[in-house]
Amino acid sequence: MSQTIKLKKGFDINLAGKAENKTIEVTQPDTFALKPTDFSGLSRPKLVVKEGDNVKAGSPVFFERNVEDILYTSPVSGEIVEIKRAEKRKVLEVKILADKQVEFEKFKAYAASEISNLSKEDALEQLKKSGGWTNIIQRPYGCVANPEDSPKSIFISTFDSSPLAPDYSYVLQGQEQYFQAGIEVLNKFTAGTVHLNVDGKAEVSQLFSNTKNVQLNNINGPHPAGNVGVQIHHIDPIAKGDIVWTVNPVGVAIIGKLFIEGIYDTSRLVALTGSQLKERGYAKMYSGACLNKLVVEGDDNRFISGNVLSGEGVGSEGYLGNYHNQVTVIPEGKYEEFLGWIMPSTKKLSFHKAFGMLTFLNGKDKEFQVDTNTHGEERNFVISGAFEEVMPMDILPTYLFKAIMAEDYDDMEALGIYEVIEEDVALCEFIDISKNPLQEILREGIELIKEG
Amino acid sequence: MKFLQNKFDQIKPLFEKGGKFEKFHTIYEGHRTIFFAPDIITGKKGTQIKDATDLKRLMFTVIIAMIPCLIFGMWNVGHQHFIATGVEASILDKFWIGILKVVPIMVVSYGVGLLTEFIFCVIYNRPIEEGFLVSGMLIPLIMPATIPLWQVAMATVFAVVIGKEVFGGTGMNILNVALTARVFLYFAYPSQISGDVWTYLGDKTPVDAFSGATILAYGAEAAANGTNMMQLASNHWYAGMFDFWNMFIGIIPGSIGETSVLMCLIGAFILIVTGVGSWKIMLSVILGTLAMGGLFNLTGGNSFMEMPAHYHLVIGGLAFGAVFMATDPVSASHTELGKWIYGFLIGVITVLIRVVNPAYPEGIMLAILFMNVFAPLIDFYVVEANKKRRLKRATV
Repeated sequence: MSQTIKLKKGFDINLAGKAENKTIEVTQPDTFALKPTDFSGLSRPKLVVKEGDNVKAGSPVFFERNVEDILYTSPVSGEIVEIKRAEKRKVLEVKILADKQVEFEKFKAYAASEISNLSKEDALEQLKKSGGWTNIIQRPYGCVANPEDSPKSIFISTFDSSPLAPDYSYVLQGQEQYFQAGIEVLNKFTAGTVHLNVDGKAEVSQLFSNTKNVQLNNINGPHPAGNVGVQIHHIDPIAKGDIVWTVNPVGVAIIGKLFIEGIYDTSRLVALTGSQLKERGYAKMYSGACLNKLVVEGDDNRFISGNVLSGEGVGSEGYLGNYHNQVTVIPEGKYEEFLGWIMPSTKKLSFHKAFGMLTFLNGKDKEFQVDTNTHGEERNFVISGAFEEVMPMDILPTYLFKAIMAEDYDDMEALGIYEVIEEDVALCEFIDISKNPLQEILREGIELIKEG
Repeated sequence: MKFLQNKFDQIKPLFEKGGKFEKFHTIYEGHRTIFFAPDIITGKKGTQIKDATDLKRLMFTVIIAMIPCLIFGMWNVGHQHFIATGVEASILDKFWIGILKVVPIMVVSYGVGLLTEFIFCVIYNRPIEEGFLVSGMLIPLIMPATIPLWQVAMATVFAVVIGKEVFGGTGMNILNVALTARVFLYFAYPSQISGDVWTYLGDKTPVDAFSGATILAYGAEAAANGTNMMQLASNHWYAGMFDFWNMFIGIIPGSIGETSVLMCLIGAFILIVTGVGSWKIMLSVILGTLAMGGLFNLTGGNSFMEMPAHYHLVIGGLAFGAVFMATDPVSASHTELGKWIYGFLIGVITVLIRVVNPAYPEGIMLAILFMNVFAPLIDFYVVEANKKRRLKRATV
C-alpha cells in the first residue's frame, strides 16, 4: 500500500549557486582518498595495504577490527602513496595516486534476469568483498549495516531536500537497469518492504515510478522531508529493538552495477554547487576524489563535501566524502560586522523574524548568498519552541539534547534517539540562536547508547 | 568603523592570555560584540552556515516591544502627579516629571544588574550574556515611581544572584528574574511597594479629596469588609478614573510601565509578529482569567467576585505580566501543550489570589512565579506522554 505523507514543519533554505542540469567536464584529480572517518561508528580500522602497494578499484584497503569480512575498498586503481594518521596512530586518510585509466577488480557478473534468482548468501558474499555492502546503512546509529540482522524494512529516499542538493533523477539518468538490479538485491535482505520515497512536490521521474518490487510513497513538505529518517518516522517508525536499513539512490545503482557488470564502480554524477564555483552543474567523479581541480572565484572559500547543513568542510585540497553526491563552495565568513546583531536586513538568511530580520519579506524564489559566519556566539539553550517548528517528527529535540548532555541513557532512548542521526537535527542546529553544535551532541549520544 | 575596530584591536593584548587584564577578557569580548558581530566561523563538521539571528537580536526585540509601555509610563507618572496635586500641566511637564523619576530607576537597575553580571562572568570566566538586557528594563517597569533607589539596587542584586546566577546564568534560571526582584521588595520592604505608593507626589501636597487607592485596593476592601467595590470605584475622588476604557488605556495609578493595556497590546503585537513571544501563553492567560473570573461571577459572594470578569484584564498588571513576564522563554513551560496549561493556570491563579486573598491585592506576580516553579512539572508530564507514545510501538 503506497502512502502519501504531508509534512508542514520544516524550512527550505534557498541558496544562490544551484547546479544547472548539465554535465561538465572536470579534470580528473591525481589523488583520491578513502577516509575511515567517513563511516560513522567505524572506530578501529585495520589496514590491509601499506604505502607503495598497488590497488584496483574494488581492492580492499581496510576493515573494522572484529568485522573482517566487510571490506572497505579502493574507489580507483593506483598506488597507495600516503597513510595519514592522527594521534594514537588513528588512520585519517589512505591516499591513492590514481592511474590515468581506472582498472577494476573483477567480480561475478550476472544477467539482469538472473539477479532475482540469486541466493542471499551469494549476493552477500559479493557485496561484502567488493565494498558494495558499505552503501547499506542501518538505523538506529547511522552506521554500516550488520549483515546478520534482518531489517524490518529498507528505505530509499529518491530526493534530497537539503540546500542546493543534487537531483537524483538527473544523476541516475540512463541507469534504470542498475537501479532495478540494486532493488532486487536489497529485497533479498528483508522480509518486509523496500520503500522508495518520491518527492510529492515535483514531477516524479519514470526512473523511480517504474521501479518494480518496491512500495512507492509520496512525501510532500519542506526540508527535511527528503531525509530518510523523517520518512521512516512516518511510514514505519523505529522502536527499541527495531532495525531499518537505508540506502542512498546512488548506492542502489552502485550495488546494481556491481552485479550486472561485475565491477565496484563508485563513479557518479556529483552536483557542483555554491556561489563560489565558476561552473556549476554535474561532473562525473569517483568517490574520494580530491577537490583541488575545481575552479573557484575568490581566495577564502569553504570547500564542503556534501551540503551546507550536514556536509563537512574539507578544504580546497580535501576529498569528496564516501557518501556525498555534492560539493558546495561558499565564501568563509571571518569578518566583524558593525552592529551586525541588530541592523535590519532583508539580505540575511534567517528562519526567525526577530526585530529587523526581514528575510520573510523576500518571495519564495529569493536565493540567498551565505558564508560561514556564525552570526553570534554560543550561549546556553534559551528555549523558544523553534526547534519543534523545523522537526517534522514527534520528537522533542530540546529534551533529547538535554538527556544526551546529562548522559541519561533511559531518557535518550525514551525520547527517540534511535530514530535520528545528525542530518535529522541539522536544521535545528542551523536555526539555533544559541549556536550550539547539536549534530555533534547527537553523535555523542548515539555513540553512548550504542556502547551502553 | 575601522577606527573603532582599531581601538579595540589596540587594547586587545591587555585582555589576552598573559595580558594585564587577562581576567577581564570576557568583559572585553562582551563590549566588542556589542559594536561588532563577532568574526567566528562554523566548524569543519556540523552545519557550515548559521541562521543570521542570535540571542542578542531576540532579546533586543523584547526591549523594543516594551518601549511603548515605557514611554506611556513616563507620561503617566507625571500625569498622575499633576492630577493628584491639582495642577494644570502640559504634556512636556508631565514627561519631565516622568523622566526625572523613571530614568534614575532604570540607571540603577541596569548599572547594578550589569555590574553584578560582570562580576559573575569574570569569576566563572564565561561570556557575558544578553538576558539581563531584558530584565534590566522589566525591573523599572514593575516598580512604583516612588520606590527608593537603594531598594531598586538591593532587589536587582538579589534577583540577579539568587534568581539567576546561582542556577548557572541566562537560560538556566527557574524564576523570572524581574519578578524575583519585585517579590523580594514585596516581602522585604512591603511598605514601599504596597498601599498608597502608586502616585508620585514629591514635596507637593495633594488635593483634599485625594486618595492613592487603586481599584485592586477597593477590591481587597470589598472582599474583607463586604463594601461595594464598583460603587467605591465609581465614587473615586477623580471621576471616571476607574471606568473600563480609562483603565484599558492605562491613565490610572500603578507601577511605572504596567498600567496601560493598550501599550501592552502593542508590545504583544510586536512579540507575536516577530515570533519572539508565545501567543499561546498570552492567549491562555486571558482565557484562564476569564474562566476563573466568570466562575466567580456565577457563584457571587462579594462585590469583587461579582465584578465582570473582563475587568480583571484591565486592572493591575495582568496584561503586562501576560505579555512580558509569563512569556519569558526560560522560566515558562517549554513544551507546546505545556504552554497552554501554564498560561491558563496563571490566569486562574491570578484571579484566585486577587479575589480570595485580600492580603495580596496584585495576584499576577505571585501567579507567574508560582507557575514558573510548576512549569517543569507540567513539562514533565507532556514529555512523559511523548515517551509513552514511543514506548507503545516497542516490541522488546
